Amino acid sequence: MSRTFSVGGIHPDDSKFSMNQAVEEFPIPKRVFISMNQHLGAPAKPIVTKGDTVKVGQTIAEPGGFISAWVHSSVSGTVADVALYPDFLGKKVLTVVIDVTGDEWLPGIDRSPDIKNEITVSPAETITKIAAAGVVGLGGAAFPTHVKLSPPPGSKAEYLILNGTECEPYLTSDYRLMIEHGQEVLIGGELMRRALGDVRGIIGIEDNKPKAIRYMQQLVENYLGWTVVPLKRRYPQGGEKQLIDAVLKRRVPSFALPISTGAVVQNVGTAFAVYEAVQKNKPLISNILTVTSQDPTIQKNYRFRVGTPVQEFLIASGAMDHEGKLIPAFTKIVNGGPMMGKPVSEPAGPVMKSTSALLLLTDKQARRKEEQNCIRCGKCAQACPMGLEPYLLYRLAMASRVEEMDENRIFDCIECGCCLYSCPAYIPLLDQLRIAKNASLKNKRK
Amino acid sequence: MDQLLISPAPHLHSKDSTRRLMRDVIIALIPSVLVSISFAGLEALLVLSVSVATCVSVEFLITRFLMRRKTTLGDLSAVVTGVILALNLPASSPWWMVLIGAVIAIGVAKMTFGGLGHNLFNPALVGRVFLLISFPVQMTNWTVKNGFFSFGYKTADAVSGATPLGIIKEGLASGMTMEQISELHDFSYLEMLFGKIGGSLGEASALAILAGLVYLLARKVIRPHIPVSVILSAFIFSGVLWLTDPLHYADPVLQLLSGGLLFGAVFMATDYVTSPMSAAGMVIYGVGIGVITILIRVFGSYPEGVSFAILFMNAIVPLLNTYFKPKAYKKEVSRG
Repeated sequence: MSRTFSVGGIHPDDSKFSMNQAVEEFPIPKRVFISMNQHLGAPAKPIVTKGDTVKVGQTIAEPGGFISAWVHSSVSGTVADVALYPDFLGKKVLTVVIDVTGDEWLPGIDRSPDIKNEITVSPAETITKIAAAGVVGLGGAAFPTHVKLSPPPGSKAEYLILNGTECEPYLTSDYRLMIEHGQEVLIGGELMRRALGDVRGIIGIEDNKPKAIRYMQQLVENYLGWTVVPLKRRYPQGGEKQLIDAVLKRRVPSFALPISTGAVVQNVGTAFAVYEAVQKNKPLISNILTVTSQDPTIQKNYRFRVGTPVQEFLIASGAMDHEGKLIPAFTKIVNGGPMMGKPVSEPAGPVMKSTSALLLLTDKQARRKEEQNCIRCGKCAQACPMGLEPYLLYRLAMASRVEEMDENRIFDCIECGCCLYSCPAYIPLLDQLRIAKNASLKNKRK
Repeated sequence: MDQLLISPAPHLHSKDSTRRLMRDVIIALIPSVLVSISFAGLEALLVLSVSVATCVSVEFLITRFLMRRKTTLGDLSAVVTGVILALNLPASSPWWMVLIGAVIAIGVAKMTFGGLGHNLFNPALVGRVFLLISFPVQMTNWTVKNGFFSFGYKTADAVSGATPLGIIKEGLASGMTMEQISELHDFSYLEMLFGKIGGSLGEASALAILAGLVYLLARKVIRPHIPVSVILSAFIFSGVLWLTDPLHYADPVLQLLSGGLLFGAVFMATDYVTSPMSAAGMVIYGVGIGVITILIRVFGSYPEGVSFAILFMNAIVPLLNTYFKPKAYKKEVSRG
């Protein structure tokens, strides 16, 4: 029997249409827009100016604080501008714009496809190299990886869990990575396992990816301290708290960090980036994303350079014409998965280090229906993986009853979207809960 | 890019909608409706049509002219109330009584609270109980007819009589034992299963009700907690009574198959709006209905108590929702 998390959860259609599409190299665009704001924490500070020439892998921005990350150029060429440019949400952020010439890499980066198995660096060196390579969590939150690998004083890691669940529908980039580069993922995991002090390594994969489970099981046989845990398919299994519950049967208390359960969770994509950073000296300048939709001709996996404009992928896949108009079938572009991804409002905005998918949705799929009366069916409460009562929090939020919202643990909401997904009356539960959470936090700061 | 949709996540929705859930309840009611028509013929059809038509019209008129907002008929909940109310009435109910019941159900029990989702009590049950108290004679006039086209004819086959529960109540009150009552009246479990017993339209066949239950469970419209706890608790409680004194208490199988217990457990106690949200709350609510039903049947003055039991438990649902929360990710709340 496969394991899974213990409370709530939903089973949306898998829709993993691009599962069997091998990852293709996406052409380097003429111009990239590298945001200084593509990780959680303080924005990075540019260290290049207009007119500078840069090579692939060269640092262009330094960390802006303790929780921040280095940013590297993903292309070679000339810095065209360092200024505010819109990201895919249309929000203006400090961006380094680079006009591309050729593809000249910084010396010292190992670009050969040979797998470097032997580990020669010490744990401390590993973390330094990860930080220097600008590696951030590629599961979505983009939290700087080196910070997560240095548990705060007083806490001790016992387990490293590699997240290969890819529980969001449509997404297939982690699956392709495990199938095509499982060995590198495992070496990256092994580097982090040692850096955390020889903890136990676990790879969690949902059972809708049997090939990946079998392949990773075969690979871990050559490594001590690793196991693969198949998980029963259920959303949001890839949520940190749900994954720790599913794998270890331990629960993260409210307001506590996952490390309080002794577990550090890292995405398989992050493990691959760690492998490249430590074994190949290659900074995080590229990643894999899924460009997908219901249309069989638009279902692909690409390795892309960070900073490529979103519209390049849409034009290349035939979803957008050269004037920047979406083909009529689609009305929504999502950056990420359909449950937690962000809506793209500016297709000229770039993809980030942690972009995992560009999902095209039809009007029928994506348009919200008119809100009706709550019929108190309790489906939202059954679906909530944190055991909250979204209908109640919604009512309290509408009445601005902040203290009662706290009593009902609004702060535990992980914004997975299960409540809104399940509501038969189309009540915008999560929308209000997000607003209410912010209000609750503000109330606390007072 | 003027036409890009930019609403926040989640970007997909399950296929569930209020309309779809209500449609499933209507589908689950079809076996009971068919059985009632096949036994009571056009009379059943008349009760059903008057009830549904009145429920729908009253809701339409109130939303259109009193609340002045978009009609809510599309969610089909008025149709569900109409069918359930009809199945709670005897076949011989006069049309004007059905009409009054439907006006009370929708007009008073549902719309005065603000419509679907806001009512405290199950509308169909309020309608039924209103009629039961106002027109006790018509509400307890049970006639088992010989089926279709018997409408308007007083055929010799028509058996008029009380329900099994009524017979038992009267018999026990007059000092008879269960044995003596059974000798006079043959309560066939088989007939109760397939439906040829006196009672409200929907009570006729246990099998038809169970078919509806299976459908509702398979479609995940309801969870098993409420019907199972109502049925089990009524069975166990009446079983204990029967074991202590089989001469003066009806056996648990008879209790289950007679009256409105099954119909109430499956179609009325499970009404989303008036039942608890959490699994624990559902079980307590269900056990409450089962036990109170048997209490009224055995010790009360009415032969049947399902309606009162459900209405009583409806009243404490807000309390159950406050004290019985869904299973939490974490047992104890840490104070941050």
